[in-house]
Amino acid sequence: MQYETVIGLEIHIELKTESKIFCSCPTTFGAPPNTQICPVCMGMPGALPVLNKKVVEYAVKAGLATHCEIASYSKMDRKNYVYPDLPKAYQISQYDLPLCTGGYVAIETPEGEKRVRLTRIHIEEDAGKLTHDAALGTLFDCNRCGVPLIEIVTEPDLRSAQEALDFLEKLRAAILYTGISDCRMNEGSMRCDVNLSVRPAGSDTLGTRTETKNLNSFQSVRRTVEYEAARQAAALEAGEPIAQETRRFDQGSGRTYSMRSKENANDYRYFPDPDLCAVELSQSEIRRLRGEIPQLPEERRAGYMERYGLSRYDAGQLTNEREVAAYFEEAAELTAYPKILANLLTGEVFRLRGQDGAVPVSPAHMAALSTLIGEGRVNSSAGKKVLAALWERDEEPSAVVRRLGLEQVGDEATLRGLLAEAVAANPNAVADYRAGKASALQAVMGHVMKAAGGRADPVKLRALLEEMLK
Amino acid sequence: MRDLTRLSLTELSALLKKREVSARETAEAYLARMRAVEPDIKAYLSVEEARALAQAGEIDRRRAAGEALSPLAGAPAALKDNICTAWGRTTCASKMLYNFRSPYDAAAVEKLESAGCVFLGKANMDEFAMGSSTENSSVQVTKNPRDTSRVPGGSSGGPAAAVAADEAAFALGSDTGGSIRQPAAFCGVVGMKPTYGRVSRYGLIAFASSLDQIGPLTKTVEDCALALDAVCGYDERDSTSVPGKKTNFAQAAKREIAGMRLALPAELMGEGTAPGVRDAVLIAAKRYEALGAAVEEVRMPTLSYALPAYYILSSAEASSNLGRFDGVRYGYRAEGCDTLEEMYLRSRSEGFGPEVQRRILLGTFALSAGYYDAYYKKALQVRTLISRAFEEVFARFDAVLSPVAPTAAYRIGEKTADPLEMYLGDICTVPVNIAGLPALSLPCGEAEGLPVGMQLIGRAFDEGTLLALGAAYERAHGAYHLMAPAFGG
Repeated sequence: MQYETVIGLEIHIELKTESKIFCSCPTTFGAPPNTQICPVCMGMPGALPVLNKKVVEYAVKAGLATHCEIASYSKMDRKNYVYPDLPKAYQISQYDLPLCTGGYVAIETPEGEKRVRLTRIHIEEDAGKLTHDAALGTLFDCNRCGVPLIEIVTEPDLRSAQEALDFLEKLRAAILYTGISDCRMNEGSMRCDVNLSVRPAGSDTLGTRTETKNLNSFQSVRRTVEYEAARQAAALEAGEPIAQETRRFDQGSGRTYSMRSKENANDYRYFPDPDLCAVELSQSEIRRLRGEIPQLPEERRAGYMERYGLSRYDAGQLTNEREVAAYFEEAAELTAYPKILANLLTGEVFRLRGQDGAVPVSPAHMAALSTLIGEGRVNSSAGKKVLAALWERDEEPSAVVRRLGLEQVGDEATLRGLLAEAVAANPNAVADYRAGKASALQAVMGHVMKAAGGRADPVKLRALLEEMLK
Repeated sequence: MRDLTRLSLTELSALLKKREVSARETAEAYLARMRAVEPDIKAYLSVEEARALAQAGEIDRRRAAGEALSPLAGAPAALKDNICTAWGRTTCASKMLYNFRSPYDAAAVEKLESAGCVFLGKANMDEFAMGSSTENSSVQVTKNPRDTSRVPGGSSGGPAAAVAADEAAFALGSDTGGSIRQPAAFCGVVGMKPTYGRVSRYGLIAFASSLDQIGPLTKTVEDCALALDAVCGYDERDSTSVPGKKTNFAQAAKREIAGMRLALPAELMGEGTAPGVRDAVLIAAKRYEALGAAVEEVRMPTLSYALPAYYILSSAEASSNLGRFDGVRYGYRAEGCDTLEEMYLRSRSEGFGPEVQRRILLGTFALSAGYYDAYYKKALQVRTLISRAFEEVFARFDAVLSPVAPTAAYRIGEKTADPLEMYLGDICTVPVNIAGLPALSLPCGEAEGLPVGMQLIGRAFDEGTLLALGAAYERAHGAYHLMAPAFGG
């Protein structure tokens, strides 16, 4: 039988506020254990939480960037459970009245644009970190306790690993634009739970789902979806029931394993946290926060397509990251050849830039290089050489062209002379061409390029050659 | 030489200010008094003799240097042992925290410290403030100084007994359902539960966060005003603390009360009220009429739901608040456990006493899936109704008058076998916490030789009216504690 996979995601994103959600401790990642702590985030007796306003503002921005309704009234609740990484034995979170509800993130599918609906976004505190050491036993680092998180919950709208990854990419792009998080999965500032069930294709009732927790890379999400979908389909095929349970993904084996069944699930005994007041937001505050959000990728992409005539794909590539878009927009103002600029960025520049994403060439020089190519003063392969030189030392590209002698040879008399030599040297190719084999001209063209040190204008060259052989 | 420990805080403050007595000799007098009577009373869990003397010396030095000091400078105080101090231990009278040292001072302690108070030590209480007789202390049973065969009330029994036995010029307690007012009444001293949000809860080890409030226990109403001025005020570390102007309760306590209107709800003097208590409160009502106030009996039928609502709300919050005591980071940890679960289970079973475990179970049950709506949510609805009932009364009256408790102090051991019986004693005090209102407890007479307390409940943030009513009563009829013989004397 054919099965359809149904996926919903829960994504936790750490907000990069300067201080924690309920105290003034810093949130710097990677600080020595237990150096960013105080009685409040350690849950010491008598200590009380005070909600960091910035956390609310950041979460509202996440909601606005994903088309959510922002609640004018929401509240903080306690989620009670016992674990050594949770010093108060409850996590302060939001239960029935979250800050944001009902948004969406659009993804591209072969069937066109698809809106993946968001159920809610709420704010909560992170737990601490346990390290298991063979000699010392279990060690507790409280630095992460009280680091602010948003939890984003989707509807079960995703149907494949690819859709899940596309969604995560788009969500990440939108969040990065708002500047509220680094979304670094390798540092745990973005983590994902996968809720997945399968059902016979065409069915409209949902199957029993499993929840695989705490995936810390896009790869793990992909592998989890693929493994779980296959596992559940095989079980149904064999007539075995699917247990509603929490599972974990093992990177080594690529499999998921049962952690606890529904019967053993925690009863979190949610109730309103009496230490905190309701979160109230006025329309004017929401408006102000909306004003602080830059133009988002989707809108920007449409603008690029219209204004610069870029393809949907290229425009998408350039708008995924706020820094790239800003770079492109600055450079595009300085050249009449934005498409060439776009090709340079999505091709060579994306290839050359390293892990940190830094581009050592100024937008003005990138624009000037685009103009040189656009005006035919260097060809595209010479353009790559210029870019490589600029990467080493950022200067006027025309100076590099001169110094390296990369100026394109476009002078008709010179080209005709070179062509005459090449035609004479390749009689077979000429014969083939005349016999109707158009590709045979490549040999002649190649001869000329070699003689011209690769600088001949290929468009002009081909036109002249075709004219000569008529 | 006069006995400094027999003076009211107000009198002592005046002498200290005029430098007729030093803070040092005051502290020494109190420490001597403690040495003399503490074996019989057992009000304190820990005494800070060296620290107190050093603090007192510092106050004397500053006063001699001409510094302007607060009225409380040099006043010796006791703190309930659920109020965190960066010195000594803060144990909540529980085995669970027998060795716990807080890394910081509670906001109220900071305030008193900056006012120049001298801290004598930490006072006994029912474990985690759960109880009405201080018999739930895991350490010791505190005796009522008016009759040592009787309980001092609770849960602030230690602070109340310390003040009543002249072992402190005043004390801070905490009140979640009557824990300041009822022991004040049992011991014949004055106690106030301020409006919720009036005193910062930062550093008060939480029992039920939406009900807890720190307040003073004092020898007179005037003293109460003085102490309240010193501890109240907005604190940005407590989200439920309420901003407001600087208070002057000492001044408010001097206000005229003629023309004020008092309501006397029948529901707070029902069947279970001892005749002696009823008589004492009705006499107090007559005395208020004689002082120019109007007293009228009213009905507040929703108050009959206050007790069950209170025990659900307070236990639910407690079950969550006490989850952190798990033996992992501080406090008691059971020895020789093989698994994490065993360590949790045994640490909590061995570390918490029976009453605390009972409330945790009760609260956990009330919040459980499937029971939340029937219990917790219903209790929240009752809470709203009770607040509304008070609002209606306060549209016509300035204060509500009632007994503090249905009986005077009972005998040690008399009610320990039946928790429910003990809970019923909270009938008059819990509505006040549920509605977040201020209430003053002050002695209004005696029943069978034991002090009886009356309760004056006020509008939110109108402690001033209560203090004026209380002070007027004491001006006319004397302050019970100052008239009563000293313990052991």
